[in-house]
Amino acid sequence: MTKLIKSGAYAQDVYAPVADDAALPDGPVLVSLARFHKDRDTLLARNTPVGIRLQSSENPEQLGQDVHHFALIALEFPKFRDGRAFSWARILRTRLGFTGEIRAVGDFLYDQVNYQHRVGFDAWEVPDNFTIEMFNRALTEMTNVYQPSADGKKTIRELRAAR
Amino acid sequence: MLNTLVKQVDPNMYRYDEFDAQFVGERVEQFAGQVARRLSGELTEDQFKPLRLMNGLYLQLHAYMLRVAVPYGTLSSKQMRKLAHIARTYDKDFGHFTTRTNLQFNWIKLVDVPAILRELADVEMHCIQTSGNCVRNVTADQFAGATDEEIEDPRPLAEIIRQWSSLHPEFVFLARKFKIAVGACEKDRAALLYHDMAVQIVKNAQGRIGYKVMAGGGMGRTPYIAHVMSEFVEREDILAYLEAVLRVYNQDSRRDNIHKQRIKILINAIGPEEMRKRVAREFDEIKRAGTLQLPQDELDRITAYFAPPKFETGLSDEMPEAGTDFANWVKTNVSKHRAPGYAIATITLKTPGQVPGDATSAQMDIIADLMDQFSVGEVRVTHEQNLVLPHVRKKDLPAIYAKLKELDFAAPNAGLITDIIACPGLDYCDLANARSIPIAQTIAKKFENLDRQHQIGELKIKISGCINACGHHHAGHIGILGVDKKGVEFYQLVLGGSGAEDASIGEIMGPGFGEHEIADAVERVVNVYIAQRKDGERFLDTYRRLGMAPFKDAAYEKAAA
Ligand code: SF4
Repeated sequence: MTKLIKSGAYAQDVYAPVADDAALPDGPVLVSLARFHKDRDTLLARNTPVGIRLQSSENPEQLGQDVHHFALIALEFPKFRDGRAFSWARILRTRLGFTGEIRAVGDFLYDQVNYQHRVGFDAWEVPDNFTIEMFNRALTEMTNVYQPSADGKKTIRELRAAR
Repeated sequence: MLNTLVKQVDPNMYRYDEFDAQFVGERVEQFAGQVARRLSGELTEDQFKPLRLMNGLYLQLHAYMLRVAVPYGTLSSKQMRKLAHIARTYDKDFGHFTTRTNLQFNWIKLVDVPAILRELADVEMHCIQTSGNCVRNVTADQFAGATDEEIEDPRPLAEIIRQWSSLHPEFVFLARKFKIAVGACEKDRAALLYHDMAVQIVKNAQGRIGYKVMAGGGMGRTPYIAHVMSEFVEREDILAYLEAVLRVYNQDSRRDNIHKQRIKILINAIGPEEMRKRVAREFDEIKRAGTLQLPQDELDRITAYFAPPKFETGLSDEMPEAGTDFANWVKTNVSKHRAPGYAIATITLKTPGQVPGDATSAQMDIIADLMDQFSVGEVRVTHEQNLVLPHVRKKDLPAIYAKLKELDFAAPNAGLITDIIACPGLDYCDLANARSIPIAQTIAKKFENLDRQHQIGELKIKISGCINACGHHHAGHIGILGVDKKGVEFYQLVLGGSGAEDASIGEIMGPGFGEHEIADAVERVVNVYIAQRKDGERFLDTYRRLGMAPFKDAAYEKAAA
């Protein structure tokens, strides 16, 4: 089983994942890119939030302006070594100005959560034994950062200049 | 032994401020936590592997190997003494300088790693990103700040790149490792064109200093020479540009075949033109976001750390007389310095019979003394696995030479046939097909005669124990590649490579030679050169003029008989 961590706390996952060939249920849904392409107009005409789940090979830029129709973009880590989603999240936040939820799903490690947080993820689908305390620890192991990212955190260079 | 008479000198190099110290300190504790989770079984080896690799810890044939970063090859005497102390306390009393200008300890226990990292942090050192699929230790010209050939010292930029790439959240799980080098003159001592990305400091037509950026070079099983990405990037834009290259790589690289995941494969698959286009587009976007600009005052602040030492004036620029041996050493191991009366001295860790790049703790301690006494407390590690005293007075050279002789590090062979690069090979490495070190030792012994070495002149032999090419065999004037044929070690000859400004990829001659034949085959190849060279030609020049045929004929001639 998995749980959802959002805004630093466990949260209810309201999105129903929908298989590509299944009928759309009522309420918020989570669909693949293929499904979105197929049923774009229907999905956008519904009055409920739509989430999209992108594989690590799917660049969110190809969504173009549609990106702003989504309330949730779930980025998949097929295996923890595949770090493409770090760039996708960064692009979503910094370039495309996406303000909805970016959720990490799939195979990632405790030790990657802080990097994910920095590049713009704000929700995590975690295994049952992943506690809030672990989550908070992951984000605080390293106090300062050397480079700007999507978290807006002041860099060490800026801290030095402000001394 | 630590010579108590020698006063420790602190060289002009980057010093941690409280932010750097906190960063490294927290990183050590983070890694200590990861080690503890591994030891308790919470992490499987598969999960621990990418974490330990990001901190330079490998599991080798016999033990853990810990790789310590030596940023752009610059070490202080205090750091050198700490490395000696670690070798003595936690290892088998020696360390190994690598082609990435790092230092490796080969016999480390996992439980000791946190303690070692804390000791390193005490002298402003770390193992961050010395392995793993991330931006590795940034290397630079070992003559930085000492040669009059450079436009400016490349190390401030290297330090800026080091900081920017340290735990960069977007680029710590790249498709493969990523190596960056920085140079500042036409002469290339840092093998720029064999790097995933390289920056050369240049002046444009208006006399403005900026950066030429190249990408897509590399060794390994598919060697490539880097392509120019931009002829001129403005100073303030350099990090934005480097980030653009890395982002394109992270997004677009293959992830389905570990042998095809380096940036060189991407660039050569889509073509350099397309790569430049993709990078340019990212670069524009990153510039527009505006958060990665490198302000001039930051560049100045970092540059100030590397201010040239106060050179004495009024020194004689004459080379002292101190016998033939000394004169021979000067010929190969002493280079021109920017200041009159000064010189750059290369210490080759390659006395015939030695393991290339190895130094014992006692040797490290004495080198630290030499650094303090004669070179403002500073040494450089080179990608050819040698050390360099960057700022020595010419009048001190005889004393330095005498001390090096005691250490058995006085081989007058920098750039000569016995100054061999060799990877650890089958003696240590669990990927190896064949041993490299004994082959290097045999060849060095064969050509030990100094007159003969000088007669042969510049000739770079580079040996790798497998196709991964850590011994840079593609870039050797003579490269040697260990292969495995039905459980027997064989060695292929690769001729005509160069890792310098005239970079080229060596050509494979043909079937390999047995371990007892390879040194003789090298000798026959060298003899062809001696017989056929025209005035002033290096081995590489003669090879480029004649091509493979005469060398090949000679190499196989006797082997067949
Ligand atoms: S070239 Fe091969 S044998 Fe040599 S160190 Fe690299 S991986 Fe090991």
